[in-house]
Amino acid sequence: MSKELIRLIDCSMAFDDEIVLDSINLSIKNEEFLTLLGPSGCGKTTTLRIIGGFLQATSGDVLFDGERINDVPPYQRKVNTVFQRYALFPHLDVYENVAFGLRLAKLPEQEIDERVTEMLEIVSLKGFENRSISQLSGGQQQRVAIARALVNRPKVLLLDEPLGALDLRLRKDMQQELKRIQQTLGITFVYVTHDQEEALSMSDTVVVMDRGRIQQIGTPEDIYNEPENAFVADFIGESNILDGVMLEDYVVKFFGRKFRCLDAGFEPNEPVDVVVRPEDVEIVTPEKGQLTGTVTSVTFMGVHYDTIVDFHGFKWLIQTTEHHDVDEVIGIRLGPDDIHIMHRSEYSGMFGDYSSYSEEYDEMNDPDLYPEDLSEDSSESEEGAAEEGSET
Amino acid sequence: MIHTKRLATPYIVWMVLFTVVPLGIVFYYAFTDSITGQFTLENIIRIQSYMPIFIKSIWLALISTLVCLIIGYPVAYYIAQCPPSRQRLLYLLVMLPMCISFLLRTMAWVSLLDDTGIINRLIQAMGMKPLPLIRNNGAVILGMVYNYLPYMILPLYSVILKIDSRLIEAAQDLGCNSPQVFTKVIFPLSMPGVISGFTMVFVPAVSTFYISQKLGSSGTTLIGDVIESQFKAAYNPNLGAALSLILMVLVFICIGITRRVSGTEEVAMP
Repeated sequence: MSKELIRLIDCSMAFDDEIVLDSINLSIKNEEFLTLLGPSGCGKTTTLRIIGGFLQATSGDVLFDGERINDVPPYQRKVNTVFQRYALFPHLDVYENVAFGLRLAKLPEQEIDERVTEMLEIVSLKGFENRSISQLSGGQQQRVAIARALVNRPKVLLLDEPLGALDLRLRKDMQQELKRIQQTLGITFVYVTHDQEEALSMSDTVVVMDRGRIQQIGTPEDIYNEPENAFVADFIGESNILDGVMLEDYVVKFFGRKFRCLDAGFEPNEPVDVVVRPEDVEIVTPEKGQLTGTVTSVTFMGVHYDTIVDFHGFKWLIQTTEHHDVDEVIGIRLGPDDIHIMHRSEYSGMFGDYSSYSEEYDEMNDPDLYPEDLSEDSSESEEGAAEEGSET
Repeated sequence: MIHTKRLATPYIVWMVLFTVVPLGIVFYYAFTDSITGQFTLENIIRIQSYMPIFIKSIWLALISTLVCLIIGYPVAYYIAQCPPSRQRLLYLLVMLPMCISFLLRTMAWVSLLDDTGIINRLIQAMGMKPLPLIRNNGAVILGMVYNYLPYMILPLYSVILKIDSRLIEAAQDLGCNSPQVFTKVIFPLSMPGVISGFTMVFVPAVSTFYISQKLGSSGTTLIGDVIESQFKAAYNPNLGAALSLILMVLVFICIGITRRVSGTEEVAMP
């Protein structure tokens, strides 16, 4: 787990002067499950394609096991890819699709047969050997694609939104399945997704990307609990992001009130972004509250209620198991570990206000959300379009 | 859907009037005597003596079709790889000869290849002996390839264009170098285009008559010429009908064999 397998050094990518990747530095360890997470056009698929050898970085180096592989063509790399929407060969049946790489390696027929059979068993497709690809469901095609890549025993498996085209239930099953396969075979997975839940539940390491840059690298817990900037806080889970001022270590002021927190190391009186996760807010009676606000909308979500509360014009999302009526005045309390402080960034002020709550849910699909980012989106329009399609 | 069925009515009427009925008439003529009008197998039996011409026609048509495939495939592949604007231009260039009369194009070849034609006059001007460029099998094949090449390129182009680029990446990912990508993925996936191009070239080539008359000699008389002469010079439409019928059956058999060999039922149309 500790040995480094792949390293990207200052990798940049530009298509017709549109910068798609901006000096990416990334280290991938052996047997790690690493996820590249971000919205459409963030550069995650480009990064994957550079590792796979389908794109050559405009500048920067790709190292594999310490060796520079910039000029090594895809067919000589010890990586295999599970493509978006699978890219199975329609002229071959399931067995021949899986055997494709082994036949090219000219392995003896008996070994090919053993390995294909074993792999089809691992992905639960025994008995489907002679089916044609068009006879398979989406989930089955998905598993053929995984088997076709894994049967070659690659050191690294690259997965480009592999579950994007599946329905929710199947996706959940396949997430567990993939995690199980990865742990059983001990192969490094580099996984591209725009689905933050998927990233959090499967990965050892999550790399959050936006605008061609890495925003944060960390374990799922780190990424969720200690987001580095407003983009990460907003993209991973729900966040209320407030303007605050760090008065001194462990003391932050927002909404005209001082709060204790666990963060230190900021300049005195430094303006900061304050993150409060919706599930961390404790609702109390108005007298006992550190802040008081008015409930403006309540949505039943199953496990909890999404409650929007208006504090002096700034609307928060609070997730609570208790129902509060609209127009009810409530108080809230925040403990020191319910508050997370971030440095200001280019993303400050863009996220974390729930004034237009319903739109907030659509933002991942909304190409107009980052207007200044549009040109970059269009240069990667193929990736963007594919992701857009798979989300519906 | 009753409404969509109705939309096909004009075509069905057309088909019946101008395909099914004439085919019936051909059948009728093929099995009746030219003088008495009685049922007879005489016409079919007489065809035996034309067997060498049938074989020669099929043989020349097959060679022409293969030459078209060998020339046309790389062209189609190249066009499909070009950026869209250049694709349109090249597509137009392939189509362009088809806009000029078939007869005129064949006559142009005659004036090029003739013993006293442009090429031979050039050769003689350089002090060499004239070459036998015309009135042989080669000239007939050349004429067929020239005239029918677009019918090979267009279906191939449209099929190759539709091949998903991710399949090519997948093949590279699994270990294919460039020649292997072609033999293992691109060519098998373009098979419907190959079959369709094959059919569209072979069928007119096997029944052609004008090309062989202008560019061939008495030794390269093709079955199309024989059929034509039965309706015109010899005036034996009954034998002509029988010959047409047998040709049709032979063409069906040839196409059936190609499809069986290539293992595809799918045929792409441009």
